[in-house]
Amino acid sequence: MPPDLEFTRKTSFETVGARPARPDGNDKVTGRARYGADVSVAGMLVGKVLRSPHAHARIVSIDTSGAEAIEGVKAVATRDDFPDIAPDAAVEGEGEENMWDVARNVMARDKALYEGHAVAAVAATSAAVADRALKSIDVTWEVLPHVTDVDEAMRPGAPVLHEDMRTKGLENAPRAPSNVAEYLKIAMGDSEAGFAKADLVVERDFRTEAAHQGYIEPHACLATVSEDGLAELWCCTQGHYGVRAMCAAILGMELSSLRVTPSEIGGGFGGKTTVFLEPVALALSRKAGRPVKMTMSREEVFRGSGPTSSTSMSVRIGATGDGRLTACEATFRYQGGAFPGSPVSYGAVCGMAPYDCRDVTLHCYDVVANRPKAAAYRAPGAPMAAFAIESVLDEIAQKLGMDPIALRLKNAVREGKTSVYGPTFGPVGFVECLEAARDHANARAPLGPNQARGVAAGFWPNYGGQTSVTMNVATDGSVLLSLGTPDIGGSRASMCMMAAEELGIGYGTVKAIIADTHALGHNDTTGGSRVTHSAGMATIEAARQVIRIMKERAARIWDIDVDAVVWEAGRVRPSGPNAGDHEPMSFREMAALSARTGGPIAGHAEIDAEGAGASFAVHMTDLEVDPETGRVVVLRYLTVQDAGKAVHPDYVEGQYQGGAAQGVGWALNEEYVYDAEGRLRNPGFLDYRMPVASDLPMIDTAIVEVPNPGHPYGVRGVGETPIVPPLAAVGNAVSRAIGRRMTHVPMSPPRIVEALDG
Amino acid sequence: MIEVRLGSALRSMAGGRTSFPVEAPNVMRLLERLGETYPELAPVLERGVAVAIDGRLYRDAWLQPIPDGAEVFLMPRVAGG
Repeated sequence: MPPDLEFTRKTSFETVGARPARPDGNDKVTGRARYGADVSVAGMLVGKVLRSPHAHARIVSIDTSGAEAIEGVKAVATRDDFPDIAPDAAVEGEGEENMWDVARNVMARDKALYEGHAVAAVAATSAAVADRALKSIDVTWEVLPHVTDVDEAMRPGAPVLHEDMRTKGLENAPRAPSNVAEYLKIAMGDSEAGFAKADLVVERDFRTEAAHQGYIEPHACLATVSEDGLAELWCCTQGHYGVRAMCAAILGMELSSLRVTPSEIGGGFGGKTTVFLEPVALALSRKAGRPVKMTMSREEVFRGSGPTSSTSMSVRIGATGDGRLTACEATFRYQGGAFPGSPVSYGAVCGMAPYDCRDVTLHCYDVVANRPKAAAYRAPGAPMAAFAIESVLDEIAQKLGMDPIALRLKNAVREGKTSVYGPTFGPVGFVECLEAARDHANARAPLGPNQARGVAAGFWPNYGGQTSVTMNVATDGSVLLSLGTPDIGGSRASMCMMAAEELGIGYGTVKAIIADTHALGHNDTTGGSRVTHSAGMATIEAARQVIRIMKERAARIWDIDVDAVVWEAGRVRPSGPNAGDHEPMSFREMAALSARTGGPIAGHAEIDAEGAGASFAVHMTDLEVDPETGRVVVLRYLTVQDAGKAVHPDYVEGQYQGGAAQGVGWALNEEYVYDAEGRLRNPGFLDYRMPVASDLPMIDTAIVEVPNPGHPYGVRGVGETPIVPPLAAVGNAVSRAIGRRMTHVPMSPPRIVEALDG
Repeated sequence: MIEVRLGSALRSMAGGRTSFPVEAPNVMRLLERLGETYPELAPVLERGVAVAIDGRLYRDAWLQPIPDGAEVFLMPRVAGG
């Protein structure tokens, strides 16, 4: 932590905690905001991608001569246009992306590994010409057997995606190839000894289907590569530094040769933490010598970009007669699409993290299958594991005749307890969240026939990461913040508020932009609920530098020692017996004097933020099930979560509500549906049913604030955790309403009718 | 002397041993000396780890000091969406 941040932790606030108008609101509702597809330059070409019609097929040959002969086609790119890179090459994207895999996901090499896998691309003078060119590319396929189901992919004899893949993590290194990329055992204590102490053991198998992040804005970018090899890329992304690193690695470029500017973003939710079109657009532009713009259709977004994993899980939990958890043993099988890297271990750890259970064994299998490469989706992996574990806890509560919140309170982690992943928890707000849910009016709302209440908890550890911020003070006293973390959830407003708070000036005086990769030092991708924490720390540090500069200049103006100058309510003033009788000077006055007192005033911070505070949430929903049709109507929905300190409560509540809405959609309707040939049957919002406003009640929120000691204002990230409990909260409510335990997400009407009939 | 412990997600990768005493003033020296002294930790260190010091998570902070007697865990790296 930078030295300035060690000493002051604020507990009373002027600006932080208020609800000012969002700075990006007007542009977004009037259409002025520029998204990925809104950037155009003179002479640009239209780029389009040819995608595999097969779930699994060897690419025997690709003949592009027909396409190249079409007038208006300026470039065609295939696997031959992407250099080979080292199998273990990795760059920081969101987590650490294996670039060998990313490069092969961006453009297929020897095999197409899923329907929708890119196999060629063209750049042409119009979309119509590009479409004609795609039809003229002749690919010779050798269609191979495929597998899309996680359990089937793990069976001996299943079609193997990668002939060189051997399961890592097994005691005896296997010789045969497998679709299981890695086995990981997470263990503490002795689970069998724990089960021996149990009076009740509940064991269940669960499945969850893949859901897409469902961002409204499709992937889009514009690339231009000049003759001297310098390149510019405008794109819609959660992390333009990650895009730069990945594109540079895939195409063999220097980082300094590629300048990436992020657009406004129409939703990301983790799905825009990697690259799809961007390296292809650069490769096409490099070949054509002209700018190339590429935009995915919605169908391409579904078929070619990352959904989350589908899963198969088995959970066994033991408890004493008075509701004390004694042991948990669980197996989590997550398929992450055609390449390794499913978030199975995050899920396993997060599922049990809320509970003080000493004897736990979790078996994790990372599995590949003929589906699009999974991408991060809000709290990657955690909602599925929480569905399984929180469902079993609900069943334990039912069997013991306990209130579900009382059961969780009895076993909740709190400060000083050891986490399931190892370290001891500092101050955390899980108990406070449970108590707030218990005491909320929704907990006492009457329920009618076919109605029931479901409760579930969720956890995400959060993290910090590398962040760079520049704060420029203009001579009129206004302030411009340059940030390197794309704003996916209101971070520009939050940064402006923290800057205003620290400087003691008005919120409206501070403006923020997201700067390009050439303008600031490295920034990790926006994700993992890190930005309000880490960019907030950097902003506060930059503001403290500005204050330090102003104090030094005031001392020189007054001809007193700098130690005799204090900063108070946005002003410098002399303090102490020998400071003299000088009139205090405001921030604006000091800014106006900058040209005559040493030049521009600016603060910078380049930090690797640590101290992220763990995040807990509790959700409670009331819903009604139509026993004839299986249709579910959500009547009430409450989210309670610890924000540490809510910088802009509207945005915090928006995160809670958005996560709940996405989770309810996943719980009730959203799923990838494949046919017997491994082709996705519902690549559009008509058949992939996301909830709309009329499907949901007003989602009630309660913000708990247990300050995070690792942040100067006590902030905890809030973006991930809201999607962790909904699958289980809805599942527990549906199960109680129909008197059958639901074990398969989504709990769509046919599955509920099937459960009722079974 | 610091007692470095493996987070539960890494224990199965180091032959079952969970605790590793080491002298190290900061994270960089800690990772170096763990690698030199305990070959069984190679799969853990090659995978890439974060270090939790007294409950705070450090991902690549080589120069972060480690107080004597601190609670130190090696952990999988955290990402997110």
